[in-house]
Amino acid sequence: MSSFPCNTGDVPVFPAQFQDLAQKRASVLRHIARSERLAEVRPASRLEVHPKPEMLTTGISEIDAMTGGIPRGCLSELYGPASSGKTSVLLATISAATRRDETCVLVDASDSFDPASGQAAGIDFGKLLWVRCGDFGKSTYVVRRTSSAYDCKANDQQLTTKHNNKNRFQNNNEHQLEQVLKTTDLILQSGGFGVVALDLAGIPEKSVQRIPLASWFRFQRAVEHTKTVLLVISEFRCAESCAALILKFGGKSSARCPTLVSPSFEEWVSPDQISASPAHTQILEKMRVETELVRSRLERKPAQSVKAGFTTRAIRVG
Amino acid sequence: MAFACIFVPDFPVEAIVRADPELRDHPVAVLEGKPPLEKVVSVNEEARHEGVHSGMTKLQAELCESVTLRDRSELQESAAHRALLDCALSFSPQVEDVAPDAVLLDLSGLEKLFGTVPKIAWKISQCASAMGLQTNVAVAGTLEAAILAARGFSGTTVVPAGKEAECLGGLRIELLFADESDPEKTEEVLQTFERWGVCRLRELAALPEVELSERLGQWGIELQRRSRGLSHRAFVTSDSPLIFEEVLELEYPLVLLEPLAFALNRMLEQLCARLQARALAAQELHLELMLENGCEYSSSEQSGGVFKRTIHLPIPLLDPKTFLKLLQLDLKAHPAGAPVTKIILRVEPAKPRAAQNGLFQPSSPEPEKLELTLARISEIVGEARAGSPELLNTHRREAFEMKHFTPSAAKNGNGPTPREFVTALRIFRPPLVVRVSHQNGRPSHIASGRRDQIFGDVLWAAGPWRSSGDWWERDAWMRDEWDIALQAQTGLALYRLVHDVVGGTWMLEGSYD
Repeated sequence: MSSFPCNTGDVPVFPAQFQDLAQKRASVLRHIARSERLAEVRPASRLEVHPKPEMLTTGISEIDAMTGGIPRGCLSELYGPASSGKTSVLLATISAATRRDETCVLVDASDSFDPASGQAAGIDFGKLLWVRCGDFGKSTYVVRRTSSAYDCKANDQQLTTKHNNKNRFQNNNEHQLEQVLKTTDLILQSGGFGVVALDLAGIPEKSVQRIPLASWFRFQRAVEHTKTVLLVISEFRCAESCAALILKFGGKSSARCPTLVSPSFEEWVSPDQISASPAHTQILEKMRVETELVRSRLERKPAQSVKAGFTTRAIRVG
Repeated sequence: MAFACIFVPDFPVEAIVRADPELRDHPVAVLEGKPPLEKVVSVNEEARHEGVHSGMTKLQAELCESVTLRDRSELQESAAHRALLDCALSFSPQVEDVAPDAVLLDLSGLEKLFGTVPKIAWKISQCASAMGLQTNVAVAGTLEAAILAARGFSGTTVVPAGKEAECLGGLRIELLFADESDPEKTEEVLQTFERWGVCRLRELAALPEVELSERLGQWGIELQRRSRGLSHRAFVTSDSPLIFEEVLELEYPLVLLEPLAFALNRMLEQLCARLQARALAAQELHLELMLENGCEYSSSEQSGGVFKRTIHLPIPLLDPKTFLKLLQLDLKAHPAGAPVTKIILRVEPAKPRAAQNGLFQPSSPEPEKLELTLARISEIVGEARAGSPELLNTHRREAFEMKHFTPSAAKNGNGPTPREFVTALRIFRPPLVVRVSHQNGRPSHIASGRRDQIFGDVLWAAGPWRSSGDWWERDAWMRDEWDIALQAQTGLALYRLVHDVVGGTWMLEGSYD
């Protein structure tokens, strides 16, 4: 019996004299076994078992009960519209981390962090590095303290030049995002941080969607196998498949947000019911936050969406 | 008891070569004096082979084309002398500053630390070499024997106890007058010795004492004792000031940052070697750049043609690469604006950081890496845009300042846990100026021309809350705050509306989120 030519990567040639099907099958198997491509297939016995990542508490029991916390060494995303509560959750998470003596970084794309809110949330500023993106020199705005306390004079706040404002605004957004990406790269390379938070809220969706997916993959790989929590908050989904945990804030219940309590009422009411009351009798006491677990790679995908709700207290109240 | 003497031969040349290592193994001559009367004051061995010697005029020295001529630099000699002291102090706290080119050490009790006496001498030589100085090291039982042996013999020399006269006998008699301050008297005595035919130390030592004292007096007796290697004084410890400064005078002005960084790197390595020898670290870096005369550029950091920059380190560090990177980033952000002719780099010393991490403490970023990262981030987002916020003690809004970020000490998780979670406010910077329509004394409609096109009917409003302050100052402020709800595409959005009572402006300060 003569051997048939067998070239790696080529289809074996069966000479006419081979009639036995079993012999043919055996020869094909021998060919496959000698194939170089088979060497790339890792047998199941040697597959790496990825341990479950350590979870970081957000400081909010409802969210911790729903998700188990924020996973370390992974990218997590919180997104939702304005006034949905995502920034409050971010501050609570950073506060919980700083109370555990972990060093945190907040990369603020639109420079909107309020130190007073941070202090009220319990953040230890000695453990927080705040990176304020978006400074484009003196041409952006000038805040002049005159006898009228604050006389804000912004170059692009003239209502008649909307077109020029729009172009400048787009360029500013791109510049902000460039700063965010470069800064995040440096911070993740430096390492040693407990929480690295990217605050992209306030950046338009068009600009956020322009962040290449490769950047998110790069960030996710940078924190993999570390104890760093990479948290991204924005008004729109941006990290897509790179995020191990995605929480959506707001939703159908946002029509009732904020639920307010005035001194004359004892139960939650909607703004419509009390809009007729004098403004000086109203107070923003609490805000209800509704959140939904969109994805969690750490647990089996739930059959139904998992939601949680909790309230936050306004700083002005007591 | 043993004493070691570290001697730097051709010290003015060695100080120049230390700052410019490329000149090592090249013939170099140092000039001093007012032009056109400059004279050679010091040459190295290679220049002597070329026929250049001390006392020649500049014109005579220039005839040897292979010899590099440099002007004498007192600043560089001072830096070299301090480096020599640092080297000596790294071995023994008992150091005597004998001359700019020589120091003495008391080696008592050092055998257990550094080994045998020859080993100590070798290590001293290696340490001085690491600081850029080629030295002669001699160890002897007496001060004078150590000094004479270091000046007379090259390399490392160990003079056995009791054999000082024998070992030193072959040295020339001029070595006895190396530290004399009266050149005329020295010349007279040397001429006298020359007439007597006394050229070596052993010949002076063999002279009869009585006849010598009759001709040269007590000074002659003292010279004879010294020629025998006998000490005539006690060891006096010198207090060495903690000054770590390196100076480099450039042959031609530097314009680009890259060659400047190359020079800075060399200076930083020498400074760090000196600090390490004294078991210290750097807390601050002070850089002074002398600029070329007649420069047109000027900046706030310049005064009188000197460009100064200071880098404060949050913790003491001792890494020349980190220092170089910080200086590069700083010079990139704040360029000198003119060619540089001279560099002075000074370091404020401090005790090194002694930190011990606990097993159960969370990891924190490494200080060296963090400092570099912060410098790079500042380069991207701007100065004072990265750091820790610190609220000021005032009720004025947005009253905070940015501090340099230095991770605070661990509190072992003892921070208070807030009972409730607060509603965060996202600040608009700058505040969004809006047009407000009123109805029944409350805002009813908002219109703005910028950012997200925030506008619409006010569905709900709470306020106003009046706050004011600094009424005794020129910039007194008074404002009314409203919390309002507007209907957005995705639901209700809460904002803080502010009316500046003094200026009459309405603005959206931020949104609750």
